[in-house]
Amino acid sequence: MLKDKDRIFTNIYGLGDAGLAGAQARGDWSATKDILAKGREQIIDEVKESGLRGRGGAGFGTGLKWSFMPKEIGARPHYLVVNADEGEPGTCKDREIMRFEPHKLVEGCLIASFAMGAHAAYIYIRGEFFREAEALQSAIDEAYAAGLIGPDACGSGWDFECYVHRGMGAYICGEETALIESLEGKKGQPRLKPPFPANAGLYGCPTTVNNVESIAVAPTILRRGHEWFANLGRANNTGTKLFNISGHVNNPCTVEEEMSIPLKELIEVHAGGVIGGWDNLKAIIPGGASVPCLPRSICDSVLMDFDSLRDVQSGLGTAAIMVMDQSTDIIAAIARLSAFYTHESCGQCTPCREGTGWMSRMMARLVSGEASVAEIDTLEKVSRQIEGHTICALGDAAAWPIQGLIRHFRPELEARIEQAKSRAA
Amino acid sequence: MSDVTQPDTFEFTPQFRDAADAFIAKYPKGRHESAVMPLLDLAQRQHDGWLPRAAMDYVAAYLAMPPIRVYEVATFYTMYNLAPVGRNHVQVCTNLPCWLRGSDAIVEACKRTLGVEFGGTTEDGLFTLSEMECLGACVNAPMMQINDDYYEDLDPTSAESILTELRIGETPKTGSQIGRKSCEPSSGLTSLTELDGDG
Repeated sequence: MLKDKDRIFTNIYGLGDAGLAGAQARGDWSATKDILAKGREQIIDEVKESGLRGRGGAGFGTGLKWSFMPKEIGARPHYLVVNADEGEPGTCKDREIMRFEPHKLVEGCLIASFAMGAHAAYIYIRGEFFREAEALQSAIDEAYAAGLIGPDACGSGWDFECYVHRGMGAYICGEETALIESLEGKKGQPRLKPPFPANAGLYGCPTTVNNVESIAVAPTILRRGHEWFANLGRANNTGTKLFNISGHVNNPCTVEEEMSIPLKELIEVHAGGVIGGWDNLKAIIPGGASVPCLPRSICDSVLMDFDSLRDVQSGLGTAAIMVMDQSTDIIAAIARLSAFYTHESCGQCTPCREGTGWMSRMMARLVSGEASVAEIDTLEKVSRQIEGHTICALGDAAAWPIQGLIRHFRPELEARIEQAKSRAA
Repeated sequence: MSDVTQPDTFEFTPQFRDAADAFIAKYPKGRHESAVMPLLDLAQRQHDGWLPRAAMDYVAAYLAMPPIRVYEVATFYTMYNLAPVGRNHVQVCTNLPCWLRGSDAIVEACKRTLGVEFGGTTEDGLFTLSEMECLGACVNAPMMQINDDYYEDLDPTSAESILTELRIGETPKTGSQIGRKSCEPSSGLTSLTELDGDG
């Protein structure tokens, strides 16, 4: 179990002062100027060495992503865009950072922007997080007033502006190119890649989009040393991570733990265990709504990291753990997620626009059991025709939960159909 | 929009105009269209929580954008209300984490207390009830949002009393309804117990 001295987010529950004084007492904004004095390349190298992988779901190396930005600043300005459009069902970690640890995010914005040659950062926060946007803006205002950001930020000679932009209720804007479109004042519909944002992003300028947590941990990594971060977790899965544990546990909570902690230990130590005990567990969705669910047999031993969850055909995603006990109608649970993806499809690509609705209607039939067993295979096949055939990953995200259901709970689907048949007869 | 009585005109008050100009200043020169979302939000706030066509046209003119570009934005994002809503917009999350913790019972309690279905507005104009997708407070499920505030760790009784308080003009407590500060385990801390000083 992670020691408190190795926790980055020491005010994640808001028990202390979230303002500048409290943040500084916890070590934020200490010697930021010295960090910047390392220079762009060294900062990026240290983040690479730390092994930090993006905390928004895809798990791409943060330092590597930063290194894709042009080395020289040309005619087009560079931008950092922070993805705070937290909307993946089950996920509520960035919210806590923004309301209780906002200075870690603002300091991270300065450091990341400097490392990428950006003089401005836009933090795109989901519109429903109105109070969180207020808390974040208040931290930004404090940082400006203290000379930590703005002209000659922290006395570094680097000018840096930081802005909050509120979304208005569209899950798809969590996709980085949809987010950029939205920030430009358009409908949030994903762009084809290439060009990648590092070449042509916001306003056609070099842009990097990072998740809130990825940016907020960067100052601590640079302050404590990349070796410290890299020594936590397993190789290729380093550091600490915020986990959200929701659903059928005794004490739902958010907690920062070491990457690669066993799923069972995480739930038993911090969330008070599964309601009714571990044996009462039916399934867990380990990384937000988009990743396939896992049956108890896998949950017994799986580790909470990118590679371990990939090896069991699921994913770490946003590390949002949704626990379902034996009382759960798992078919209805996945059907609820299918309805969500139908609602949130932006409508741009046919396989997703039509496919999410089709799969959702099919799932509704499987919930009632008014289907034939052959339709399970049809559903699986159709999900494969959506997956990988759309501009963005929303199509994949709609397909995977259904594939996970069929992979692990097919007997339950068939039994439901049998029940409906015998009821009718 | 067709079955809604639309006002003929809309204009920012001086106060909202100042706020709009502050938003526009956040974006680079020539990129003022980026401010369309915050300006539509301001217009909605000024206009009792919904966006009439005249407000969209006004924002389009304010930003020198073709009106169709503004309509596209206003109809794409779910937080723009294109028809009048009650003074309290009660939005109950029914996505998976809330559903696992009993959101069905919260929905029932809200429908019973308000006497309306999803999409309905009470006759006194005080409440509109809506079903929401995930609002990002999943470890505090079930939850609902009313206007700008979250009400979390609900049960049918607390949901009902929040609505009752709003009905009589009181200000219910926001956040967790079971005494949690935020997202810590309700039985006591399992981490952050060894630190000295603040936080």
